Amino acid sequence: MTDFAVQCTGLTKRFGSLKAVDEVDLTVRSGETLSIVGPSGSGKTTILRIIAGFETIDAGIVTLQGVPVSTSQTSIPPERRRVGLVFQEHALFPHKTVAENVSFGLHKMPAKDRRKRQEDVLDLVQLSHYAQRYPHELSGGERQRVALARSLAPKPSVLLLDEPFSGLDANLRLRIREEVKTILAASGATVIFVTHDQEGALFMGDTIAIIDKGKIEQTGAPQQVFHAPTTKFAARFLGTADFLHGTYQNGKVETEIGVFPASIEGSGECEVMTRPDDIDLAPSDDGPGTVVSRTFQGISNLYRVKLPSGAVLRAQRPHHESYAPGDRVDVRPSPHYTPRCFAADDGRLLQ
Amino acid sequence: MIAPAQPTTDPAGNQEHPLRQGRHGSSKRVPLAILIPAACVGIAMLLPPAYLLIRGAEASNEAWDLLFRVQTLHLIGRTGLLILLVTAGSALLAVPIAWLTTQTNLPLRRTWAVLTALPLVVPTFVGGFLYVSALGPRGILQQALEPLGVDRLPEIYGLPGAFLVLTLLSYPYVLLTVRSAFQSLDPAFEESARTLGHGRMSAALRVTLPQLRPAITSGGLLVALYTLSDFGAVSLMRFPTFTWVIFQQYQTAFDRSIAAVLSLVLVCMALAIVLLDAYTRGRLRYYRVDAGPSRAPNVVSLGRWKWAAAIFLAAVVALALGIPAGVLLYWLVRGVLAGEPLLAFWSAAANSLAVSGAAALVSMACSAPIAAMVVRYPSKLARAIERLSFIGFALPGIVVALALVFFAVNYARPIYQTVWLLIFAYVVLFLPAALGATRSSLLKVSPDLEDAARGLGRTHTQTMRAVTLPLIAPGMLMGMSLVFLIAMKELPATLILGPLEFKTLATSIWSASSEAFFAQAAAPALVLIMLSSIPMAFLVTQEFTSPAASKSQSP
Repeated sequence: MTDFAVQCTGLTKRFGSLKAVDEVDLTVRSGETLSIVGPSGSGKTTILRIIAGFETIDAGIVTLQGVPVSTSQTSIPPERRRVGLVFQEHALFPHKTVAENVSFGLHKMPAKDRRKRQEDVLDLVQLSHYAQRYPHELSGGERQRVALARSLAPKPSVLLLDEPFSGLDANLRLRIREEVKTILAASGATVIFVTHDQEGALFMGDTIAIIDKGKIEQTGAPQQVFHAPTTKFAARFLGTADFLHGTYQNGKVETEIGVFPASIEGSGECEVMTRPDDIDLAPSDDGPGTVVSRTFQGISNLYRVKLPSGAVLRAQRPHHESYAPGDRVDVRPSPHYTPRCFAADDGRLLQ
Repeated sequence: MIAPAQPTTDPAGNQEHPLRQGRHGSSKRVPLAILIPAACVGIAMLLPPAYLLIRGAEASNEAWDLLFRVQTLHLIGRTGLLILLVTAGSALLAVPIAWLTTQTNLPLRRTWAVLTALPLVVPTFVGGFLYVSALGPRGILQQALEPLGVDRLPEIYGLPGAFLVLTLLSYPYVLLTVRSAFQSLDPAFEESARTLGHGRMSAALRVTLPQLRPAITSGGLLVALYTLSDFGAVSLMRFPTFTWVIFQQYQTAFDRSIAAVLSLVLVCMALAIVLLDAYTRGRLRYYRVDAGPSRAPNVVSLGRWKWAAAIFLAAVVALALGIPAGVLLYWLVRGVLAGEPLLAFWSAAANSLAVSGAAALVSMACSAPIAAMVVRYPSKLARAIERLSFIGFALPGIVVALALVFFAVNYARPIYQTVWLLIFAYVVLFLPAALGATRSSLLKVSPDLEDAARGLGRTHTQTMRAVTLPLIAPGMLMGMSLVFLIAMKELPATLILGPLEFKTLATSIWSASSEAFFAQAAAPALVLIMLSSIPMAFLVTQEFTSPAASKSQSP
């Protein structure tokens, strides 16, 4: 057997004629964190609810610790799955104190152990001194930590987090994200984290799965997915990407900004990805590019540059290089640039 | 009585409204044009209970002796028992209905929701005579069963009848509050409980029910006060509670201070109910602590239980709506066949329209300065005046009427036995409903809008006219129609304060039905019920067009 805490195979869920989840395969190893990231309506929350046992499936299988819990025929009810679920709005019971909230899932333990476990998890999230408070007497960040503690208390086989940071304002979000990551690492929990925020996904996940329209686009380590996207959607969704028209032939691809080696068989049309930090600019009165706009970003400027074909590329340049809208510039790829080419029709990576 | 908005205090005791915080309001001084009328209305509201106290203090020893005799304790016990039974019965009926019509896949949910809320439009003095003539001795049911050898039905007079009528006609108060609580319930709470290892039942008892508690208690509060102040049903069912005994004393006894003393006891009971409600709310806040959209409820599939649920709802609707409607129709037809003049109540209807219309206008006018003060210039004084204006919420109509009679006889002879005194009583009783409407529509107008108009060069008065009034007009209109229609249904104060020979729809129904001329009462009763249905239709359609309701319709 494997040490997969969660294994989903061929997961399919229809709402009427809509395929909310379409043959999804996912695995999470014990103690690891998987981030599922995608636009809203892409089916990521549905996947969480399937794993938690709130939605049935039309095809496929979910196993937790090797035990099948959902198939198209059977579904073990949520209360018997040992799955922790942290909601976007936390869903702390407003009529119970912090301590009562945390021990809510420990009702099957002997009273003495329950008390001990409740104190331990509150220690873990550093809120022991608030045990007797009510949820509305806590700050947003503290509520987040109580929600985590409540879900961790019964030692779930997997902890599911549904957009847990989206209700917080930007400054708080960064801080709480780090706190949560530390707490989760200390607890050794297996985690699936769902978000539409790419930055959060890159930060939290050991592995990232990008999902769109119910289908997994790409799965892999954060660096791998960011730097080596295998679909046009993945390239665009994680980070900023622009695409140039290209033609490939004999191991080379030709674009408006140069000819590059490319290990693609055959010949044809394609779209070549550039990221803003792949593009160098140089002042040149008869250069091919025209600066369309400049956005000041503090330590750098982001330029939109229009090429003769009408394509617009974004280039991120240090603050000491300065151009004004209307300036003519030379547009070149930076020395370390390696092009990634996607099929013009279905957006698949060409190799 | 009708569900008025509660004072601005939320269950946690917080007084803040988002639009009231910060730079707006608190630092500004109240213009005298608002302060003086608001204070006058507040003082006027204080008049009935204050005068009752004075009168009670002056009461003869005999009157006080009577209070300490065992009969009064019996009276308290009877009234308390009826309140307890009706409130508990209403909750037991309303919570399952609310659950079935919001959280399950029951077919025709909307239809059931409307039908089960409708009994609210039947005034108890109408419902009372309809049930008596249907289920009473020699009533319609017994006559129908006679060929089968049934010559006696279980006794309806007394506690069983009063309990039946009041429960069936007032449970919708709880139903409406619990329904809206169910609709705003975030399913995440129940789901959290499930993932923490609790089954459906355990989650319902430990998480869902506690969250419904505030809705159940606030609906229950309405039912309890409604029962306490009810006069029609208990009289027709011959169950002597406080209101009935006070009325008898007032009409027959030479020493009217006995009625005053009994009224004071009744007020104490009302206060006890209101305080009990405030006490049970405690320090907890039962709504979601985090802002954010709540998801649509997870629909529970009833499976074969669907049929049991439909039978249950059909039985409730048949009892609470079918019987009154059927009997009303029966008497209407019999009246027509017997040559009963259908439009004999024309002058009564005109009287009803006139006094209720006047009450609506005056209540709205009185509520405006108070709402302006509470919303735009919050202060301790503003809150005190607001509290005063909610006096009518807890005071039974009969008590207000008696206090005004005593007052007018001694100090205001010229308005005694005129409609002006009656309109004053209506305003005291229904100001809470008017104020609720005015205040909530004013709260929706951001002070920024007014500031913007001032910034564009308009004066205070121009701003009022061009910006504030048009924005709050629909809400005020709705409040006015509400007051109008509850005033139409008012009985005890109208009986006591109406001038001699002054008949309204309510009093003509009452005088006909209390002497068992049911055919005579049927036509005015039908008109009254149809008029009362108008604000009900408002309430129901609003519930169904609110965002929460439309959300629950999406998959």
